[in-house]
Amino acid sequence: MAKVTEVLTRPVFNENPIALQILGICSALAVTSQLVPTVVMCISVTLVTAFSNLSIAAIRNQIPSSIRIIVQMTVIASLVIVVEQVLKAYAFDTYKKLSVFVGLIITNCIVMGRAEAFAMKNPPFISFLDGLGNGLGYSVVLLVVAVIRELFGSGKLFGHTILSSVNEGGWYFPNGLMNMPPSAFFIIGFFIWVLRSLKPDQVEEE
Amino acid sequence: MSRDSVGKILLVAFSLCVVCSVMVSSTAVALKDKQQTNVAKDRKRNVLVAAGLVTPDQADVDVDAYFENIEARVYDLDTGKVADVKAADFDAEKALKAEPHAIPAGVPGGDKVKARSKQQVVYLVKTKEGALDAVVLPIQGLGLWSTLKGFLALEADLVTVRGLVYYDQKETPGLGGEVDNPIWRAQWPGKKLFDADGSYHFTVVKGPASGGDPHKADGISGATITCNGVDGMLRYWMSADGYGPVLENLGKGVKRDG
Repeated sequence: MAKVTEVLTRPVFNENPIALQILGICSALAVTSQLVPTVVMCISVTLVTAFSNLSIAAIRNQIPSSIRIIVQMTVIASLVIVVEQVLKAYAFDTYKKLSVFVGLIITNCIVMGRAEAFAMKNPPFISFLDGLGNGLGYSVVLLVVAVIRELFGSGKLFGHTILSSVNEGGWYFPNGLMNMPPSAFFIIGFFIWVLRSLKPDQVEEE
Repeated sequence: MSRDSVGKILLVAFSLCVVCSVMVSSTAVALKDKQQTNVAKDRKRNVLVAAGLVTPDQADVDVDAYFENIEARVYDLDTGKVADVKAADFDAEKALKAEPHAIPAGVPGGDKVKARSKQQVVYLVKTKEGALDAVVLPIQGLGLWSTLKGFLALEADLVTVRGLVYYDQKETPGLGGEVDNPIWRAQWPGKKLFDADGSYHFTVVKGPASGGDPHKADGISGATITCNGVDGMLRYWMSADGYGPVLENLGKGVKRDG
Protein backbone atom coordinates (compact mmCIF):
# COMPACT_ATOMS: atom_id res chain seq x y z
CA MET A 1 0.00 0.00 0.00
CA ALA A 2 2.91 2.28 0.78
CA LYS A 3 4.11 1.89 -2.79
CA VAL A 4 0.71 2.90 -4.16
CA THR A 5 0.67 6.18 -2.24
CA GLU A 6 4.25 6.83 -3.16
CA VAL A 7 3.71 6.30 -6.90
CA LEU A 8 0.70 8.57 -6.74
CA THR A 9 2.17 11.42 -4.72
CA ARG A 10 5.85 11.42 -5.67
CA PRO A 11 5.29 13.12 -9.05
CA VAL A 12 3.28 15.93 -7.44
CA PHE A 13 6.12 17.61 -5.54
CA ASN A 14 9.21 15.42 -5.35
CA GLU A 15 9.42 14.55 -9.02
CA ASN A 16 7.09 17.06 -10.59
CA PRO A 17 7.20 16.62 -14.37
CA ILE A 18 7.13 20.36 -15.05
CA ALA A 19 9.27 21.61 -12.16
CA LEU A 20 11.92 18.90 -12.01
CA GLN A 21 11.94 17.39 -15.50
CA ILE A 22 10.83 20.62 -17.27
CA LEU A 23 8.42 18.66 -19.49
CA GLY A 24 5.10 19.84 -20.86
CA ILE A 25 6.01 23.52 -20.74
CA CYS A 26 4.35 24.45 -24.05
CA SER A 27 0.78 23.84 -22.98
CA ALA A 28 1.56 25.32 -19.55
CA LEU A 29 2.24 28.61 -21.33
CA ALA A 30 -0.59 28.45 -23.79
CA VAL A 31 -3.73 27.54 -21.88
CA THR A 32 -3.20 29.14 -18.47
CA SER A 33 -4.52 32.66 -18.99
CA GLN A 34 -7.91 31.59 -17.60
CA LEU A 35 -8.87 28.96 -15.06
CA VAL A 36 -11.75 27.23 -16.78
CA PRO A 37 -9.80 26.05 -19.86
CA THR A 38 -6.88 25.22 -17.55
CA VAL A 39 -8.98 22.90 -15.41
CA VAL A 40 -10.34 21.16 -18.50
CA MET A 41 -6.81 20.83 -19.88
CA CYS A 42 -5.55 19.37 -16.57
CA ILE A 43 -8.32 16.79 -16.46
CA SER A 44 -7.69 15.85 -20.10
CA VAL A 45 -3.94 15.44 -19.67
CA THR A 46 -4.35 13.47 -16.42
CA LEU A 47 -6.84 11.07 -18.00
CA VAL A 48 -4.75 10.63 -21.15
CA THR A 49 -1.56 9.97 -19.15
CA ALA A 50 -3.32 7.52 -16.82
CA PHE A 51 -5.06 5.54 -19.54
CA SER A 52 -2.14 5.51 -21.94
CA ASN A 53 0.02 4.13 -19.12
CA LEU A 54 -2.66 1.56 -18.33
CA SER A 55 -3.05 0.32 -21.91
CA ILE A 56 0.66 0.33 -22.69
CA ALA A 57 1.49 -1.52 -19.47
CA ALA A 58 -1.20 -4.07 -20.32
CA ILE A 59 0.39 -4.92 -23.66
CA ARG A 60 4.01 -4.19 -22.68
CA ASN A 61 5.10 -7.81 -23.03
CA GLN A 62 3.70 -8.00 -26.55
CA ILE A 63 5.21 -4.81 -27.96
CA PRO A 64 8.25 -5.51 -30.19
CA SER A 65 10.97 -3.12 -29.08
CA SER A 66 11.70 -1.96 -32.64
CA ILE A 67 8.25 -0.38 -32.99
CA ARG A 68 7.53 0.48 -29.35
CA ILE A 69 7.64 4.26 -29.81
CA ILE A 70 5.14 4.26 -32.66
CA VAL A 71 2.92 1.85 -30.72
CA GLN A 72 2.92 4.25 -27.75
CA MET A 73 2.23 7.15 -30.06
CA THR A 74 -0.74 5.39 -31.66
CA VAL A 75 -2.28 4.59 -28.29
CA ILE A 76 -1.76 8.16 -27.06
CA ALA A 77 -3.07 9.74 -30.26
CA SER A 78 -6.22 7.59 -30.16
CA LEU A 79 -6.90 8.54 -26.56
CA VAL A 80 -6.41 12.22 -27.32
CA ILE A 81 -8.82 12.07 -30.25
CA VAL A 82 -11.40 10.44 -27.99
CA VAL A 83 -10.90 13.20 -25.40
CA GLU A 84 -11.22 15.83 -28.13
CA GLN A 85 -14.47 14.33 -29.40
CA VAL A 86 -15.91 14.19 -25.88
CA LEU A 87 -15.01 17.82 -25.21
CA LYS A 88 -16.54 18.86 -28.52
CA ALA A 89 -19.76 17.16 -27.48
CA TYR A 90 -19.95 18.14 -23.81
CA ALA A 91 -17.84 21.27 -23.29
CA PHE A 92 -18.06 23.05 -26.60
CA ASP A 93 -17.17 26.57 -25.42
CA THR A 94 -14.05 25.40 -23.60
CA TYR A 95 -13.18 23.21 -26.58
CA LYS A 96 -13.22 26.32 -28.77
CA LYS A 97 -10.95 28.18 -26.33
CA LEU A 98 -8.47 25.31 -26.08
CA SER A 99 -8.64 24.82 -29.86
CA VAL A 100 -5.43 23.25 -31.09
CA PHE A 101 -3.98 22.55 -27.64
CA VAL A 102 -6.25 19.56 -27.03
CA GLY A 103 -4.79 17.90 -30.12
CA LEU A 104 -1.32 18.88 -28.97
CA ILE A 105 -1.66 16.70 -25.84
CA ILE A 106 -0.36 14.01 -28.21
CA THR A 107 3.01 15.73 -28.27
CA ASN A 108 3.04 16.52 -24.54
CA CYS A 109 6.32 14.97 -23.42
CA ILE A 110 4.88 13.94 -20.05
CA VAL A 111 2.49 11.43 -21.62
CA MET A 112 5.05 9.73 -23.79
CA GLY A 113 7.80 10.09 -21.19
CA ARG A 114 5.79 8.13 -18.63
CA ALA A 115 4.76 5.51 -21.18
CA GLU A 116 8.38 4.88 -22.15
CA ALA A 117 9.97 5.26 -18.71
CA PHE A 118 7.38 3.59 -16.48
CA ALA A 119 4.58 1.75 -18.26
CA MET A 120 6.95 -0.35 -20.40
CA LYS A 121 8.48 -1.86 -17.23
CA ASN A 122 5.60 -2.06 -14.73
CA PRO A 123 2.25 -3.83 -14.42
CA PRO A 124 -0.96 -2.03 -15.46
CA PHE A 125 -2.42 -0.93 -12.13
CA ILE A 126 0.69 0.73 -10.77
CA SER A 127 1.31 2.31 -14.20
CA PHE A 128 -2.19 3.71 -14.14
CA LEU A 129 -1.46 5.33 -10.77
CA ASP A 130 1.85 6.66 -12.04
CA GLY A 131 0.02 8.29 -14.95
CA LEU A 132 -2.56 9.73 -12.58
CA GLY A 133 0.19 11.08 -10.30
CA ASN A 134 2.10 12.71 -13.12
CA GLY A 135 -1.10 14.22 -14.46
CA LEU A 136 -1.75 15.65 -10.99
CA GLY A 137 1.79 17.03 -10.83
CA TYR A 138 1.22 18.76 -14.15
CA SER A 139 -2.16 20.02 -12.91
CA VAL A 140 -0.74 21.52 -9.69
CA VAL A 141 1.69 23.71 -11.63
CA LEU A 142 -0.86 24.70 -14.24
CA LEU A 143 -3.46 25.62 -11.64
CA VAL A 144 -0.98 27.75 -9.68
CA VAL A 145 0.02 29.55 -12.88
CA ALA A 146 -3.59 30.00 -13.98
CA VAL A 147 -4.73 31.38 -10.60
CA ILE A 148 -1.96 33.98 -10.66
CA ARG A 149 -2.48 34.85 -14.31
CA GLU A 150 -6.24 35.17 -14.24
CA LEU A 151 -6.28 37.04 -10.93
CA PHE A 152 -3.68 39.63 -11.88
CA GLY A 153 -4.30 39.63 -15.63
CA SER A 154 -8.03 40.20 -15.57
CA GLY A 155 -8.92 40.45 -11.87
CA LYS A 156 -11.07 37.33 -11.99
CA LEU A 157 -11.11 33.72 -10.83
CA PHE A 158 -13.18 31.21 -12.83
CA GLY A 159 -14.67 34.25 -14.60
CA HIS A 160 -15.96 35.76 -11.34
CA THR A 161 -14.70 39.25 -10.59
CA ILE A 162 -12.38 39.40 -7.56
CA LEU A 163 -10.51 42.64 -8.23
CA SER A 164 -12.84 44.88 -10.21
CA SER A 165 -10.81 46.15 -13.14
CA VAL A 166 -10.58 49.68 -14.52
CA ASN A 167 -12.21 48.58 -17.81
CA GLU A 168 -15.32 47.66 -15.88
CA GLY A 169 -15.31 50.80 -13.79
CA GLY A 170 -13.38 49.40 -10.82
CA TRP A 171 -10.04 50.32 -9.27
CA TYR A 172 -7.73 47.50 -10.35
CA PHE A 173 -5.47 48.17 -13.32
CA PRO A 174 -4.91 44.72 -14.90
CA ASN A 175 -1.36 43.61 -15.56
CA GLY A 176 -1.28 43.07 -19.33
CA LEU A 177 1.83 40.89 -19.16
CA MET A 178 -0.17 38.27 -17.27
CA ASN A 179 -2.42 37.77 -20.30
CA MET A 180 0.57 36.97 -22.50
CA PRO A 181 2.14 33.49 -22.63
CA PRO A 182 5.63 34.66 -21.48
CA SER A 183 4.28 35.50 -18.00
CA ALA A 184 3.79 31.76 -17.45
CA PHE A 185 7.55 31.38 -17.91
CA PHE A 186 8.22 33.78 -15.04
CA ILE A 187 5.64 32.13 -12.80
CA ILE A 188 6.93 28.62 -13.51
CA GLY A 189 10.43 29.97 -12.87
CA PHE A 190 9.37 31.26 -9.44
CA PHE A 191 7.54 28.01 -8.75
CA ILE A 192 10.71 26.01 -9.46
CA TRP A 193 12.77 28.45 -7.35
CA VAL A 194 10.46 28.09 -4.35
CA LEU A 195 10.24 24.32 -4.76
CA ARG A 196 14.00 23.87 -4.99
CA SER A 197 14.63 26.15 -2.01
CA LEU A 198 12.31 23.96 0.05
CA LYS A 199 13.74 20.72 -1.37
CA PRO A 200 17.43 21.41 -2.08
CA ASP A 201 17.99 17.83 -3.31
CA GLN A 202 16.18 18.81 -6.54
CA VAL A 203 18.92 21.24 -7.50
CA GLU A 204 21.03 19.84 -10.34
CA GLU A 205 24.71 19.30 -9.52
CA GLU A 206 27.13 21.62 -11.21
CA MET B 1 7.03 -16.45 -32.34
CA SER B 2 9.76 -14.27 -30.86
CA ARG B 3 8.89 -10.76 -29.76
CA ASP B 4 11.01 -9.09 -32.42
CA SER B 5 10.27 -11.27 -35.42
CA VAL B 6 8.81 -9.65 -38.54
CA GLY B 7 5.59 -11.61 -38.17
CA LYS B 8 5.10 -10.43 -34.61
CA ILE B 9 5.82 -6.81 -35.55
CA LEU B 10 3.22 -6.92 -38.31
CA LEU B 11 0.71 -8.69 -36.08
CA VAL B 12 1.09 -6.19 -33.22
CA ALA B 13 0.99 -3.19 -35.53
CA PHE B 14 -2.06 -4.47 -37.36
CA SER B 15 -4.10 -5.42 -34.31
CA LEU B 16 -3.22 -2.18 -32.53
CA CYS B 17 -4.41 -0.17 -35.53
CA VAL B 18 -7.68 -2.10 -35.68
CA VAL B 19 -8.38 -1.66 -31.97
CA CYS B 20 -7.49 2.05 -32.00
CA SER B 21 -9.46 2.85 -35.13
CA VAL B 22 -12.54 1.08 -33.82
CA MET B 23 -12.24 3.04 -30.58
CA VAL B 24 -11.78 6.39 -32.32
CA SER B 25 -14.47 5.92 -34.93
CA SER B 26 -17.06 4.58 -32.52
CA THR B 27 -16.57 7.63 -30.26
CA ALA B 28 -16.84 9.95 -33.24
CA VAL B 29 -20.03 8.29 -34.49
CA ALA B 30 -21.61 8.08 -31.04
CA LEU B 31 -21.01 11.77 -30.30
CA LYS B 32 -21.77 13.17 -33.74
CA ASP B 33 -25.35 14.26 -33.06
CA LYS B 34 -24.39 16.01 -29.86
CA GLN B 35 -21.51 17.81 -31.59
CA GLN B 36 -23.67 18.96 -34.46
CA THR B 37 -26.23 20.31 -32.01
CA ASN B 38 -23.41 22.26 -30.37
CA VAL B 39 -22.19 23.70 -33.67
CA ALA B 40 -25.73 24.70 -34.65
CA LYS B 41 -26.32 26.25 -31.23
CA ASP B 42 -23.05 28.16 -31.46
CA ARG B 43 -24.06 29.51 -34.85
CA LYS B 44 -27.45 30.60 -33.54
CA ARG B 45 -25.79 32.23 -30.55
CA ASN B 46 -23.59 34.25 -32.87
CA VAL B 47 -26.67 35.40 -34.76
CA LEU B 48 -28.04 36.67 -31.44
CA VAL B 49 -24.76 38.41 -30.62
CA ALA B 50 -24.68 40.11 -34.02
CA ALA B 51 -28.25 41.25 -33.55
CA GLY B 52 -27.28 42.69 -30.17
CA LEU B 53 -29.75 40.48 -28.29
CA VAL B 54 -27.13 38.84 -26.07
CA THR B 55 -23.62 39.90 -25.08
CA PRO B 56 -20.69 37.72 -26.14
CA ASP B 57 -19.83 36.44 -22.64
CA GLN B 58 -23.37 36.00 -21.43
CA ALA B 59 -23.60 32.49 -19.99
CA ASP B 60 -26.52 30.06 -20.16
CA VAL B 61 -28.38 31.74 -22.97
CA ASP B 62 -31.60 29.98 -23.90
CA VAL B 63 -30.91 30.26 -27.61
CA ASP B 64 -34.14 28.62 -28.70
CA ALA B 65 -36.29 31.01 -26.68
CA TYR B 66 -34.76 33.97 -28.53
CA PHE B 67 -35.19 32.16 -31.83
CA GLU B 68 -38.97 32.14 -31.39
CA ASN B 69 -38.87 35.72 -32.64
CA ILE B 70 -36.39 35.00 -35.39
CA GLU B 71 -37.35 33.63 -38.76
CA ALA B 72 -34.64 31.89 -40.75
CA ARG B 73 -35.25 31.97 -44.49
CA VAL B 74 -33.19 30.59 -47.33
CA TYR B 75 -32.89 33.16 -50.09
CA ASP B 76 -31.84 32.74 -53.69
CA LEU B 77 -29.27 35.51 -53.99
CA ASP B 78 -29.55 36.01 -57.75
CA THR B 79 -33.27 36.69 -57.69
CA GLY B 80 -33.58 37.90 -54.11
CA LYS B 81 -36.56 35.58 -53.65
CA VAL B 82 -37.16 33.03 -50.92
CA ALA B 83 -35.97 29.62 -52.10
CA ASP B 84 -37.91 26.42 -51.63
CA VAL B 85 -35.54 25.05 -48.99
CA LYS B 86 -36.09 24.76 -45.25
CA ALA B 87 -33.52 26.75 -43.28
CA ALA B 88 -33.05 23.82 -40.91
CA ASP B 89 -31.99 21.57 -43.80
CA PHE B 90 -29.69 24.12 -45.41
CA ASP B 91 -25.97 23.56 -45.12
CA ALA B 92 -24.01 26.53 -46.43
CA GLU B 93 -20.73 24.60 -46.75
CA LYS B 94 -22.36 21.83 -48.78
CA ALA B 95 -24.24 24.31 -50.94
CA LEU B 96 -21.01 26.13 -51.72
CA LYS B 97 -19.29 22.92 -52.77
CA ALA B 98 -22.22 21.58 -54.77
CA GLU B 99 -23.07 24.70 -56.75
CA PRO B 100 -20.65 27.59 -56.33
CA HIS B 101 -21.42 30.96 -57.80
CA ALA B 102 -18.23 32.36 -59.32
CA ILE B 103 -18.06 36.07 -58.71
CA PRO B 104 -17.59 38.03 -61.93
CA ALA B 105 -14.50 40.21 -62.21
CA GLY B 106 -15.01 43.85 -61.37
CA VAL B 107 -17.62 43.39 -58.67
CA PRO B 108 -16.55 45.61 -55.76
CA GLY B 109 -14.86 43.54 -53.09
CA GLY B 110 -15.27 40.41 -55.22
CA ASP B 111 -11.55 39.59 -54.95
CA LYS B 112 -11.99 39.19 -51.18
CA VAL B 113 -14.83 36.72 -51.45
CA LYS B 114 -13.98 34.64 -54.56
CA ALA B 115 -17.02 32.37 -54.50
CA ARG B 116 -20.32 32.03 -52.70
CA SER B 117 -23.17 29.56 -52.65
CA LYS B 118 -26.22 30.41 -54.72
CA GLN B 119 -28.41 30.42 -51.62
CA GLN B 120 -27.92 31.75 -48.11
CA VAL B 121 -29.84 31.63 -44.84
CA VAL B 122 -30.98 35.06 -43.74
CA TYR B 123 -32.26 35.58 -40.21
CA LEU B 124 -35.14 38.01 -39.79
CA VAL B 125 -35.42 39.28 -36.24
CA LYS B 126 -39.01 40.26 -35.47
CA THR B 127 -40.46 42.38 -32.72
CA LYS B 128 -43.16 40.82 -30.49
CA GLU B 129 -45.77 42.39 -32.79
CA GLY B 130 -44.22 40.67 -35.80
CA ALA B 131 -42.66 43.74 -37.45
CA LEU B 132 -39.12 43.50 -38.82
CA ASP B 133 -36.58 44.52 -36.17
CA ALA B 134 -33.27 43.51 -37.72
CA VAL B 135 -31.80 41.35 -40.46
CA VAL B 136 -28.81 39.10 -39.82
CA LEU B 137 -26.80 38.19 -42.91
CA PRO B 138 -24.03 35.58 -42.99
CA ILE B 139 -20.90 37.00 -44.63
CA GLN B 140 -17.45 35.66 -45.31
CA GLY B 141 -14.30 36.81 -47.02
CA LEU B 142 -10.54 36.54 -47.05
CA GLY B 143 -8.33 38.24 -44.50
CA LEU B 144 -4.59 37.70 -44.34
CA TRP B 145 -4.34 33.97 -43.50
CA SER B 146 -7.85 32.72 -43.36
CA THR B 147 -11.43 33.10 -44.42
CA LEU B 148 -13.28 35.24 -41.91
CA LYS B 149 -16.82 34.00 -41.35
CA GLY B 150 -19.31 36.13 -39.54
CA PHE B 151 -22.68 37.78 -39.31
CA LEU B 152 -23.63 41.31 -40.23
CA ALA B 153 -26.80 42.56 -38.58
CA LEU B 154 -28.69 45.48 -40.12
CA GLU B 155 -31.46 47.50 -38.54
CA ALA B 156 -34.91 47.38 -40.13
CA ASP B 157 -34.00 50.36 -42.35
CA LEU B 158 -31.43 48.01 -44.03
CA VAL B 159 -28.89 50.86 -43.93
CA THR B 160 -27.75 51.06 -40.32
CA VAL B 161 -25.48 48.40 -38.85
CA ARG B 162 -26.72 46.67 -35.71
CA GLY B 163 -23.60 44.61 -35.19
CA LEU B 164 -20.78 42.67 -36.83
CA VAL B 165 -19.47 39.40 -35.42
CA TYR B 166 -16.88 36.99 -36.72
CA TYR B 167 -17.35 33.49 -35.33
CA ASP B 168 -14.63 31.76 -37.30
CA GLN B 169 -11.28 33.29 -38.21
CA LYS B 170 -7.64 32.31 -37.93
CA GLU B 171 -5.97 35.71 -38.29
CA THR B 172 -2.84 36.60 -36.30
CA PRO B 173 -3.77 36.70 -32.60
CA GLY B 174 -3.30 40.23 -31.27
CA LEU B 175 -3.34 41.81 -34.74
CA GLY B 176 -5.94 40.65 -37.25
CA GLY B 177 -7.42 38.42 -34.56
CA GLU B 178 -8.55 41.63 -32.84
CA VAL B 179 -11.65 41.60 -35.05
CA ASP B 180 -12.94 39.55 -32.11
CA ASN B 181 -12.10 42.30 -29.63
CA PRO B 182 -15.28 43.68 -28.04
CA ILE B 183 -13.79 47.18 -28.03
CA TRP B 184 -13.28 47.12 -31.79
CA ARG B 185 -16.68 45.54 -32.33
CA ALA B 186 -18.39 48.21 -30.23
CA GLN B 187 -17.85 50.83 -32.96
CA TRP B 188 -20.10 49.04 -35.46
CA PRO B 189 -23.63 49.65 -34.16
CA GLY B 190 -24.99 52.81 -35.76
CA LYS B 191 -22.66 52.82 -38.79
CA LYS B 192 -24.45 53.53 -42.04
CA LEU B 193 -23.52 51.52 -45.13
CA PHE B 194 -25.55 53.43 -47.69
CA ASP B 195 -26.17 57.05 -48.68
CA ALA B 196 -29.63 58.55 -48.75
CA ASP B 197 -29.94 57.66 -52.45
CA GLY B 198 -29.24 54.00 -51.69
CA SER B 199 -25.70 53.88 -53.10
CA TYR B 200 -22.98 52.14 -51.10
CA HIS B 201 -20.88 54.53 -49.04
CA PHE B 202 -18.67 52.94 -46.42
CA THR B 203 -14.94 52.47 -45.84
CA VAL B 204 -12.83 50.79 -43.18
CA VAL B 205 -10.08 53.39 -42.80
CA LYS B 206 -6.52 52.92 -41.62
CA GLY B 207 -6.07 53.41 -37.89
CA PRO B 208 -8.40 55.34 -35.63
CA ALA B 209 -9.42 57.97 -38.16
CA SER B 210 -13.13 57.63 -38.54
CA GLY B 211 -13.78 60.51 -36.11
CA GLY B 212 -17.39 59.52 -35.52
CA ASP B 213 -18.24 59.55 -39.23
CA PRO B 214 -21.05 56.97 -39.64
CA HIS B 215 -19.71 56.07 -43.09
CA LYS B 216 -16.27 55.09 -41.82
CA ALA B 217 -14.96 52.48 -39.38
CA ASP B 218 -11.61 52.44 -37.59
CA GLY B 219 -9.16 49.88 -38.89
CA ILE B 220 -6.87 47.87 -36.63
CA SER B 221 -3.21 48.91 -36.41
CA GLY B 222 -0.94 46.20 -37.75
CA ALA B 223 -3.80 44.41 -39.45
CA THR B 224 -4.19 46.28 -42.74
CA ILE B 225 -4.85 43.19 -44.82
CA THR B 226 -7.47 41.83 -42.42
CA CYS B 227 -9.18 45.23 -42.41
CA ASN B 228 -9.06 45.38 -46.20
CA GLY B 229 -10.79 42.01 -46.10
CA VAL B 230 -13.50 43.37 -43.81
CA ASP B 231 -13.93 46.40 -46.06
CA GLY B 232 -13.99 44.26 -49.23
CA MET B 233 -16.42 41.72 -47.93
CA LEU B 234 -18.88 44.41 -46.76
CA ARG B 235 -18.66 45.99 -50.21
CA TYR B 236 -19.24 42.67 -51.91
CA TRP B 237 -22.07 41.37 -49.78
CA MET B 238 -23.92 44.69 -50.01
CA SER B 239 -23.51 44.82 -53.81
CA ALA B 240 -25.97 43.68 -56.47
CA ASP B 241 -24.03 40.42 -56.77
CA GLY B 242 -24.25 39.85 -53.00
CA TYR B 243 -27.33 40.52 -50.90
CA GLY B 244 -28.45 43.46 -53.12
CA PRO B 245 -31.55 41.73 -54.54
CA VAL B 246 -32.46 40.26 -51.13
CA LEU B 247 -32.22 43.65 -49.44
CA GLU B 248 -34.26 45.19 -52.22
CA ASN B 249 -36.97 42.60 -51.70
CA LEU B 250 -36.91 42.96 -47.93
CA GLY B 251 -36.80 46.71 -48.23
CA LYS B 252 -40.05 47.14 -50.11
CA GLY B 253 -41.83 49.78 -48.14
CA VAL B 254 -38.69 50.64 -46.17
CA LYS B 255 -37.77 54.27 -46.51
CA ARG B 256 -34.02 54.64 -47.00
CA ASP B 257 -33.44 57.81 -45.09
CA GLY B 258 -29.71 57.24 -44.75
